[in-house]
Amino acid sequence: MSVPILAARDLTKTYGKGPDRFDALKGVSLEVQRGESVAIVGKSGSGKSTLMHLLALLDTPGTGQIHVDGTEANDLSTRRLNALRNSLFGFVFQQFFLNPASSVLENVALPLKIAGVGPRERRRRALEVLEQLQLADKAKNKAANLSGGQKQRVVIARALVNNPQVLFADEPTGNLDTATGRIVEDILFDLNRKDGITLITVTHDHELAQRFERRIFIRDGLLINTDEEHAA
Amino acid sequence: MKPLEILKTAIANSVRSKLRTTLTILAIFVGAFTLTITNGLGTGISNYIDSQVAAVGSSNSFTVSKTNTNTAPGAGPAKYDPSTRVLAAGGRPGATELALSQADLKSIAAVPGITAVTPLTRVSPAYIEWNGHDKYQLSVLPLAGAQPQLAAGSSLDDSSSQSQIVLPVTYVGPLGLSDNNQAVGQTVVIGIDDAAGNMHEVSAQIVGIEQSSLLGVSGGFINKALSTALSNAQGTGAPAAAKDAFADATATFAPSTQAQINTMKSQLSAKGYTAQTLDDRIGTVKTVINAIIGVLDAFAVIALVAAGFGIVNTLLMSVQERTREIGLMKAMGMGSGSVFALFSTEAAFIGFLGSAIGSAVAIGIGTVVSRALARGPLSDLGGLHVLSFAPASVAVVIILVMVIAFVAGTLPAWRAARQNPIDALRYE
Repeated sequence: MSVPILAARDLTKTYGKGPDRFDALKGVSLEVQRGESVAIVGKSGSGKSTLMHLLALLDTPGTGQIHVDGTEANDLSTRRLNALRNSLFGFVFQQFFLNPASSVLENVALPLKIAGVGPRERRRRALEVLEQLQLADKAKNKAANLSGGQKQRVVIARALVNNPQVLFADEPTGNLDTATGRIVEDILFDLNRKDGITLITVTHDHELAQRFERRIFIRDGLLINTDEEHAA
Repeated sequence: MKPLEILKTAIANSVRSKLRTTLTILAIFVGAFTLTITNGLGTGISNYIDSQVAAVGSSNSFTVSKTNTNTAPGAGPAKYDPSTRVLAAGGRPGATELALSQADLKSIAAVPGITAVTPLTRVSPAYIEWNGHDKYQLSVLPLAGAQPQLAAGSSLDDSSSQSQIVLPVTYVGPLGLSDNNQAVGQTVVIGIDDAAGNMHEVSAQIVGIEQSSLLGVSGGFINKALSTALSNAQGTGAPAAAKDAFADATATFAPSTQAQINTMKSQLSAKGYTAQTLDDRIGTVKTVINAIIGVLDAFAVIALVAAGFGIVNTLLMSVQERTREIGLMKAMGMGSGSVFALFSTEAAFIGFLGSAIGSAVAIGIGTVVSRALARGPLSDLGGLHVLSFAPASVAVVIILVMVIAFVAGTLPAWRAARQNPIDALRYE
């Protein structure tokens, strides 16, 4: 078996101190293989977002290790960690986090700008990925003037512009109506199947979770084996 | 993120909230405007003083007199010394100064570095007249190396054997001359009493007309030939010894560094002479003016510090507003250093805008006002531009303001940089 793209061992995460202490994760181990589609499912407060943030190297665990493609993340310098996130990961957020005053093109090209890619190349690659998501005609529009579905497609374009190997999505359809949500879901699964991009999605939507190859259920900071809510 | 991209993004960010940025820029504008104006005032007045100083004497000469060692009040009468002579001097009644003799002149000339020593003969002409018109009183200034600011004509020529005089512009009308240009080249007659009370007449050619000036010496400048002629006329019938006593002498030296000048001064002082350059005599005036400008500058800097707090406020709001954006950029791999650079560059850019606009407006208004003043209320002081702007000092003002803005920006920038991407993304 090949080296997993992400491997976590005994992750814990605690917020606050003393009486306010809250253990968000109490020892979670998991592995994600290259090209897999994984749903992290749980109720709000279950620790699912915390787990995703740790896997995406956006936060540091209290204890435990994360290996990215065989490399221990703790050993990496901040600079290497930033570069790794920039080149390896793409992020899709429920609240979009688009810059409303900037054009769609500028929003999509932001990760390239951070990576230090020149303006001409940025434009070319951003247009390419917008083409792929059928948004090329919106490139010059202000991000504020788009519908919810279009916004989420712009966010996906932004996540893809760096050719990432792993796409993290946090409730990607949470702010969308069912029909638009469906379109966005199809795009994400398409990317997973056709381009082999590993898809890790946090959701509380069991219907969406059913479409993933693998589901990880989490409750009170621990992984559980079954979808007990549906089982019950 | 590349530095150029940081600069571009910072500029784009600063114009995003136009009203807020404009207000901050206005605050900086006031400070930069004031600082540029006070600076221009300092430059303008210093320039004027420098040109006036040049009119009173050259910068490479000392006025040398004998050091009076016994002038302390209450020290009692000085002991008589047959080798010294005493002249009545100006100042408090009864003041005297020690006279310089020929031997003293030789001794001064012996100091290394001194190229020439000329005794300052005080000549007191009685009157000046032109072409039979009314006679007017005249005082003359035999200042070696003086370069009066001329309204017409040319400077004195000390090597010429012709007697030459430069008259203040105020003499032109009363003498019966129609204007400055007509006056140049005319021959005037100067009357002077000799020791026996007989009137002698010496003629001299007007070579130049002097602008009215601040350091206001309302006398004529004369060249060596005329000085000699007048002093000979004045000395007619005087005992030989009297001709040989001088109050001061002018010692000229080759252009030197301040250290060389100080060495010569201390050597002269060791020999018992007091040597003063023009800067020594004008120095106090300059010190006072510099102090006034310094106080004005301090007010401008206070205004800028207040504007600095405006920058802190603007950027803190900006950081607050863009919390999620910062979080997103950090999640996408932007380093804390880049985030810090982004916000502090934005601060420096706001500072640059405010100071560049402030300085430009100050230069514009200052030039207009200065011209109007030079034509109107200050027209009596020829050559005075109250405000003049040196590119270097304007650049210093702009850079200073940018530095203040940058420093003000560090607090918000640091806040932005240390944000945890997760907390920033969760921020509602």
